[in-house]
Amino acid sequence: MARMDFEVVVLAGGASRSLSPLVSQEVPKALLPVANRPVLSYVLELLEAGNLKDLIVVVEGEDAALLVGGWISGAYVDRLHVEVASVPEGVGTAGALRAVASYLTANDVLIISGDLVTDVPPGAVAATHRKHGAAVTALLCPAPVSGPSDSGTSGGKEKAKKPVRCNIVGLDPTRQYLLHMATGAEVDKDIRVQKSILRAVGQMEIRADLMDAHMYAFKRTVLQDILEQKDKFHSIRQDILPYLIRTQMNSEVSDNGLVNSESRSDRLSSQSDLRWLSHHREIAPSSFQETYSSSVKLPPDARKTHKCCAYIANESKYCARLNSIQAFSDINRDVIGEASHLSGYSFSAQNNIIHSSAELGSKTTVGPQCMLAEGSKLGDKCSVKRSVIGRHCRIGSNVKIANSVVMNHVTIEDGCSIQGSVICSNVQLQERVVLKDCQVAAQYVVTTGSEHKSESLARK
Amino acid sequence: MDPRRPPRTVSDPKVRQVGFVTPAAAPSAAPSSPPAGELPISANSLSPVMIPPPRHGPSDGLPSRPSAPVAVPNPTSVLRRDSLQINVGSYHTSEVVVGTPPMTSPSSRVDDAGSELSDETSMSPWYGRTGPAKAASSFPGGSGEMMIIKASSSGGGGSGTTPKSPLTTASVVKTLPGISEKEREALMGMKNDGAGAPKKQKEKTTKAERRALQEAQRAAKAAAKEAAAAGSAVPANTKQGKMVTPLQKKDGPQVAAPSVPSEKKVVDRPIEKDRKKDVPPPRMQFDDMHSVKKAKRRAIVNQLEAKNRVELFRHLPQYVHGTLLPDLESKFFQLDAVHPSVYKVGLHYLSGNISGGNARCIAMLVAFREAIKDYSTPSEKALVRDLTAKISSYVSFLIECRPLSISMGVAIKFLKNRIAKLPHSMSESEAKSSLQSDIDHFINEKIVIADKVIVRHAFTKIRDGDVLLTYGLSSVVEMILVYAHEMGKEFRVVIVDSRPKLEGKILLRRLVSKGLNCTYTHINATSYIMHEVTRVFLGAASVLSNGTVYSRVGTACVAMVANAFRVPVLICCEAYKFHERVQLDSICSNELGDPDVILKFPGQIDLNHLDNWADNENLQLLNLNYDATPSDYVSMIITDYGKLPPTSVPVIVREFSRANLWL
Repeated sequence: MARMDFEVVVLAGGASRSLSPLVSQEVPKALLPVANRPVLSYVLELLEAGNLKDLIVVVEGEDAALLVGGWISGAYVDRLHVEVASVPEGVGTAGALRAVASYLTANDVLIISGDLVTDVPPGAVAATHRKHGAAVTALLCPAPVSGPSDSGTSGGKEKAKKPVRCNIVGLDPTRQYLLHMATGAEVDKDIRVQKSILRAVGQMEIRADLMDAHMYAFKRTVLQDILEQKDKFHSIRQDILPYLIRTQMNSEVSDNGLVNSESRSDRLSSQSDLRWLSHHREIAPSSFQETYSSSVKLPPDARKTHKCCAYIANESKYCARLNSIQAFSDINRDVIGEASHLSGYSFSAQNNIIHSSAELGSKTTVGPQCMLAEGSKLGDKCSVKRSVIGRHCRIGSNVKIANSVVMNHVTIEDGCSIQGSVICSNVQLQERVVLKDCQVAAQYVVTTGSEHKSESLARK
Repeated sequence: MDPRRPPRTVSDPKVRQVGFVTPAAAPSAAPSSPPAGELPISANSLSPVMIPPPRHGPSDGLPSRPSAPVAVPNPTSVLRRDSLQINVGSYHTSEVVVGTPPMTSPSSRVDDAGSELSDETSMSPWYGRTGPAKAASSFPGGSGEMMIIKASSSGGGGSGTTPKSPLTTASVVKTLPGISEKEREALMGMKNDGAGAPKKQKEKTTKAERRALQEAQRAAKAAAKEAAAAGSAVPANTKQGKMVTPLQKKDGPQVAAPSVPSEKKVVDRPIEKDRKKDVPPPRMQFDDMHSVKKAKRRAIVNQLEAKNRVELFRHLPQYVHGTLLPDLESKFFQLDAVHPSVYKVGLHYLSGNISGGNARCIAMLVAFREAIKDYSTPSEKALVRDLTAKISSYVSFLIECRPLSISMGVAIKFLKNRIAKLPHSMSESEAKSSLQSDIDHFINEKIVIADKVIVRHAFTKIRDGDVLLTYGLSSVVEMILVYAHEMGKEFRVVIVDSRPKLEGKILLRRLVSKGLNCTYTHINATSYIMHEVTRVFLGAASVLSNGTVYSRVGTACVAMVANAFRVPVLICCEAYKFHERVQLDSICSNELGDPDVILKFPGQIDLNHLDNWADNENLQLLNLNYDATPSDYVSMIITDYGKLPPTSVPVIVREFSRANLWL
C-alpha cells in the first residue's frame, strides 16, 4: 500500500519554451541549476523529507527523460525509488498524467510540478485533502514579489517590478474551498463566477495575491475519469482544475467508487444538499444520524457534489516556481539569500558559500549571499555580489558580477561586468564585455568589448 | 447433605483437617472478620440476651449439640484434641441435617452469636466456637444463598443429578472458613488451657496437604461428572458408599463442596479482574512536570503547551491551539503507524469538524472498522495481541488530537474486549469480518437504535402547548423535537445558546427549516426566558453513577435555573454513555478548549481588543468544555432503558456494563 494511500507524480516538464535560452537539449528544465543543484532536486528532497520515497517522474521528451533518469539514478540511488516515464513533447500536463494514469492505484494522487522550489510540506496539502475528502486540493501560496527585492549595491533596483502572472482565486469565507480560479491570461476578461456556487456559499473572497503552486492532490478516480472523458484537456491548471471547480456543485465525475471506500463525512458531502458549503465547518454533531443511516440508501435524486479545496501556505513559507527567466534568477537569489535553508548548504560567517577548492585572487571580494562552487578561480580585484558561480569557472581580473547566475565551466576574461544576467555553461566572455539583464545560452561566445542590455544571446 | 458430612467424621485426622483447613487457607475473610471485630468489644459488656450455653466438656458438647446427627457414624471415636474439628463439623452437620435452621433462622442466631461471644473468652473454647460458628453460618446468609444459586446453576453443567442436599451443604462450606478462622481465635484462647497443639498441627497440615486436596478435588469433580452422566439412580448409592468408606467420604464432600468454591472462584475472578480494569489509570496531571515531559517524548504531535493557564486547571492539558494542526498536517506522511482513516478522524477532531459524543464515537468506530479491514497480521504475531496494540496506538493518537470523550472510551473498551474474546481458532479474515460486524452492531444498537428508543420515550413527555427549552446542540434532543413535530404535537422550542461555539444556531436552522416554532436566545437570558418554559430537554456527554450529568459547559447553569423555576429537567442520554465514575465537580476532570476563541469575534474587528494575549502574563483565559450538573437539578434521565430518576443510574451502569460484555 502506498504511504497513507497517496501516490506521487512529479511532472518534470521538458524543454520549456519560456526558458528558451537557458534550457537546451543537454539541459532540460528539470536539471537547470538552482544554487548549483538541479531544480528537480528541490522537489525530490522535499518529498524525501516528507517521507515519500516512491515517486513517478514524468519527463517530456525521450532525451530529456534519459538525462533526468540518469541524474536521478546517480544522485538518489539508495534514497528514493523513482520511476521515470517519458512522454512525447507538447502533450501538456494533462497528457503527461494520462500517460501514467493507468499505473496509479492509490486512493489519492499528489501531483507536483518539478519546477517548484518550496518548503511547504507536501503532507500539509495531503492532509487537507484527506481531511475534507476533496476531489482536488491545490496549494496556493502568496505570490512572490519578483525582481531584485533588495537594493543591495546593484543597480537593478530601478527595474520595474513586473507582477508575476497572477491568478484570480475565489475562496469561501473560511478560506478552505476553492470557488473560482482564473489564470493570468484570463484575468483581463471578465470574471465569470458560477451562480450556483455563489448561491451556495453566499459570500466569496476574491484574491489576486495568491499563486497556484502546482502542487495538487487529486482523488485518483476523479482524475482518471476526467482524463478519460475529456481527451481535449491539455493542462491541469488550465483545464482540469477549472473544470472541477466549475462543476463542484453539479458533479459530473463519478463518485460511486468513492462513496464505499470513503468514510462518513464524505458520504455526507456527497449526498447532502446545497448547504454543505455554507456550513461545512459544522459537520454537525447530529448530522451523523443522517449520514450514517443514509449512507446505505443514498437518495437517488441528491445532487452530486465534490469539494475543491485549497491549502494556503503560510506567509513564512517559501514557495516559487521556476517557470520564467525572471523566476530563475529570483529563485537563485532567494535560495542563497532569504530562503537559504532550502539550499542545503551551510553558510559561512560572511553568509556566503565558498567551496574550499575555489581560488580567489588578491583584493577580490565575495559578498554575502553569494555562492562559489568547487574549482572556480577568480583573478585579482574581482567583486561578486549576490550571485551564484558554478563549478570550474575561470574568471579573470577586475570582473564585477552582481545579481547574476553563472553556470559551470564558464570563462570570463578580464574587465567584464555582469549584472542581473544568466550565463549558461561553457560560455566564453571575452575581455571587457558588459552584460546587463541578459541571458547567454550555452557555449556562446561573447566577443571582446561588446555591450548587451536585456538581450537573449544564443546561437542562431 | 449427607455427602458433605462424612469427612468430619472420618477418624483419620489428616484428611479431616485438610477438609477443614483448606477453606480457611483460602478464607473468605469477609464473613469471618466481622465477628472477630465484635469479639473484643462484646467481651467487655454482658449482652442482655443470654442463651444458656451447654457448658460441657468437649466430648459432651458433641452429643448435646447435634439434635439429630443422623449422618455421623462414629463421632466419639475421634481423638480428643481432634474432636475440636470434629465438633465443629458435627455441629454444622447437625444444622445441615436438620435442614432448614441455618437458612431460616440466621438472624436470630447472629444475635445469639454476638451475645454468646461476649462471654466466650472466659469460657471454654467449645462454647466460644459454637458462637462464631453460628455467626459465621449466618453472616454470609446472602452470600450463602448466592452460593446456592450458583451451585444450582453449575449443577446443570457439572452434577445435574445431585439433589438439593449438596446445595445446602454448599452454603455450609461457605461458612466453614469463617469457623476455622474463629477456631483459631478460640484456639488462641485454648492455648492458655494448654491445648495449643491442635492449632499448630492444623496449620502444618494446611500447607502440606493442600496440594493433595486439590488433586483429590479434581478427581472428585471428574467422578462427579461421570456420576452425573451415569444417571440419577447412582447418587443414592454413592452417597451411601461415601458414608461408609473413608475414601469415598473424601470424595463425597469434594463433589459437593469444593466444586462449589471453585465454581465461585471462576465467577468471582473475572469480576475482580474487571474491577481492576475498570479502575481508570490515574489521569495524567499536566501540572506534574515530570510526567508531562515523559508524555511529550512519546507524543506524535508536537504539543506546545500554552503558557498562561488558569491556576485551578493546570492539571488539564492545554496547548497553543494554532500549532497542533499545522504540525500534524505537515507530518502527514511520517505517521506510518496511523491508518489514513484514523488520521483523518484525528484531523477532524483537532479542527473541530466533528464534535459531540455520538458523532465522535461513530467517526472513531468507522475509522477503526476501516483500519481493521485493511489490517493484516504480521507474521509471528497473534492477531489478538497485535491488533489490540494497533488499536491502542490509534487511540493514543486520537487522544493527542483531542482528549477522549466518555462515549469513545466505552466504545474502545468494547472493541478491545471483542478482540480479546476472539477465539483462537478463528481465521484472520473471519476475525476481521466479525470485528467489523461487531462495530456495526455497536453503532447500530448502542447509538442509532438507542436514540430511536429515547425519542419514543421522550415523546410521551411532550404535550400540546408545551414550551420546550434546550441548550446548545444535542443530537438526541434534535431528533426528539423533530419527531414530536412530525407527530403533530403543538409546541414551541426555546434554544439557549452560548459563545463561543454557538452550536445552537445549527439546531435553530435545522428546526426552523423543518417548520418548528423557535425562540433563540443566549444563556444570559435564561432566567428571563425560563418563566414561560414548561420542560427542559438537555443532552449529555455522560451521566455519572452519582447522577451527575457531565455535559457541554452551560448545561448546569440552565438546569439550575430550571430547577429554581420548578421546571422539570429531562436529560436525554444513551445508556452507553453512562459511566461508573463519580464526579462531584467539574474541575478534576474536564477539557480545556482553545482559549483564543472566546476572545475572537469573527467579523467584528472593533471588539478584538485582546490580540496577542498569550504574551500577557496578567491574563489567563479559561475556555472550559464541560461542566457537571448535580443530580439535584435533574428531574429525569431518559435513556434507552427507559425513564429513570438520577438515583437509578448505578443500576443502568451495572446492568449495562454486563450487557456490554456479553454483547
